[in-house]
Amino acid sequence: MSMNREGRPTRPEEAAGPEGHTWTGNRALMLEEPLIFEMDEAEGCGIDFESFPSPSRGEGNASEASEGEGTAAAGPHPGAARLSLSPTGRGKNLLRNRPIGLPGLSEPQTVRHYTRLSRQNYAIDLGLFPLGSCTMKHNPRLCEKVARLPGFADVHPLQPVDTVQGALEVIAELGTWLVKLTGMHSVAMSPKAGAHGELCGLLAIRAALEARGDARQVVLVPESAHGTNPATAAFVGYRVESIPADDRGRVDLDALTSRLGADVAAVMITNPNTCGLFEPDMIAISEAVHAAGGLVYCDGANFNAIVGRVRPGDLGIDAMHINLHKTFSTPHGGGGPGSGPVVFSEALTPFAPLPFVEKRGDHYVLVEEETAGEHHGQSFGRMTAFHGQMGMFSRALAYILSHGADGLRQVSGDAVLNANYILRSLDGVLDAPFGASGPCMHEALFSDKGFAEGLTTLDLAKGLIDEGYHPMTMYFPLVVHGAMLVEPTETESKATLDQFIGALRSVAERAKAGDQSLKAAPVHAPRRRLDETQAARRPVLVWQPPKQAEAAE
Amino acid sequence: MTEYYTEEHEWIRVEGDLATVGITDFAQGQLGDVVFVELPEAGREVTKGGEAAVVESVKAASDVYAPVSGEVTGANQALVDDPALANTDPEGEGWFFRLRLSDTSELDGLMDAAAYKSFCDSQ
Repeated sequence: MSMNREGRPTRPEEAAGPEGHTWTGNRALMLEEPLIFEMDEAEGCGIDFESFPSPSRGEGNASEASEGEGTAAAGPHPGAARLSLSPTGRGKNLLRNRPIGLPGLSEPQTVRHYTRLSRQNYAIDLGLFPLGSCTMKHNPRLCEKVARLPGFADVHPLQPVDTVQGALEVIAELGTWLVKLTGMHSVAMSPKAGAHGELCGLLAIRAALEARGDARQVVLVPESAHGTNPATAAFVGYRVESIPADDRGRVDLDALTSRLGADVAAVMITNPNTCGLFEPDMIAISEAVHAAGGLVYCDGANFNAIVGRVRPGDLGIDAMHINLHKTFSTPHGGGGPGSGPVVFSEALTPFAPLPFVEKRGDHYVLVEEETAGEHHGQSFGRMTAFHGQMGMFSRALAYILSHGADGLRQVSGDAVLNANYILRSLDGVLDAPFGASGPCMHEALFSDKGFAEGLTTLDLAKGLIDEGYHPMTMYFPLVVHGAMLVEPTETESKATLDQFIGALRSVAERAKAGDQSLKAAPVHAPRRRLDETQAARRPVLVWQPPKQAEAAE
Repeated sequence: MTEYYTEEHEWIRVEGDLATVGITDFAQGQLGDVVFVELPEAGREVTKGGEAAVVESVKAASDVYAPVSGEVTGANQALVDDPALANTDPEGEGWFFRLRLSDTSELDGLMDAAAYKSFCDSQ
């Protein structure tokens, strides 16, 4: 018989190779990549430019330059002469006198640099991203396609309104959906993200209270609220007071009502709250706040858990922001800007910000400062230059219209089902401090109770990286020790959840058993455990060129 | 010289109507590595239980309250420059600020070292 004798082994052979170091620093096909500035080559460039004349040859004034036109190849660069870019000319202050500091690289080097960096990233398009309270869910490609259509992708906010009627209709139509889904009265589309929406809501509340000559001083914020809430209240000039949670992880209704009084401007409540729990006393809270002359702000960041099922307007809420980048699945977290429209009750509508879109007959108009006086003169004013995040509006409306009202209802149902599947699958493995008080909403909360001495939530999170998962939110909310907040979102399948649960169970069992090797995690990541203390004490935020050794003369 | 402690884990060392304030060893252990402090300027009036300074660890930012009312007479610049002093020597080199007490009777409600120790053990 004929034989190939090239000697290629086809089975793995026994080998006790040393772990770790390679000559390049690369880990197999995961390549170690320096900063782009460290790759700088003085003469490196992707494109050939005609060399720019040296300033000493470019002397002259505008009249000389015009005389010299047509003979540019022999004389100074005509553009340089017209600008008088010479050490003595009029534009001398504009002449660059030092290197611009951009790295010089060829095109293939640049392409490889960014492609290598992108491989070190983790993204929703790579896998489950269980970051609780910061919903990371699939961005449907249909929405991306719609946002890229000519007429959406290329409009300018200063175009005449007659040329952007379609874009204005998108803003108005999305606003109508948001108002109906929340059972509220009006909407401000311009806020740029969740915290900006909070600011919008509180500014409206302040404007309304000042309009009745009763500004008040205090905003009450429960412990289970988002961390931005007290910051927003302080920014608007209120004193923040904290309201404790009860042992079910909900707002302590008695503590809240007993604190209400003539100095309380508003209560800011996150519902569902940061423990992933619905606030069942919301109507009673709203009634008590209103009876005391205050207003109710709801942080609607977690609206994705209740959309299509609960209308915040029915709960007595006066203002609430909606994170389009969460509930309506526009790109989030490095993938795109946020967008935080705010819905208002009838009481707050007159104080909503400018500008906004209004339909008059078949025509959409922008109500701005020049025209607001006719019917919106009490507006607290403008908080952003233009009309909001247009690219997010087109995506969010595409998401809403492609799901329909029934589909949106299923979105929240599936999100809650997935979170509860995770919560119950970890029964007996991880401690769920509020697990006994019933189902959670869109996120499941665990504590580090039962971990072996010395092992922490941080160790578990780093262990999850080795298992191929971005960690969940850690150490938040603060009301739970070593908190782990897991939000799977509705777009993950049961098979994906089962694999994640398997990984989480495995790492949690190691933490409970006192497996000290978890302290070394992540061992498979391009970077091992980072020194957070050093990063906070001595942050290096700007790349500095290495100091060149003085050349010996 | 007498030392007192608060339930919010500040210590105060008093000589006459002058006092030095910091956070306790127990507190720094709970906070973890301190990375930043914001101290009050001399001349500022603080009130007992009111916010007087901010301490930030890797984990969280916390307010430091004035154990008693008074006027700030100085702050520890060495701590601002090297916040790790709050971890390595919290009740010595890692002091926060100095006060001129406006009402020494406010000290009466504070704990002594033994009482504070049993308070911490009960936490």
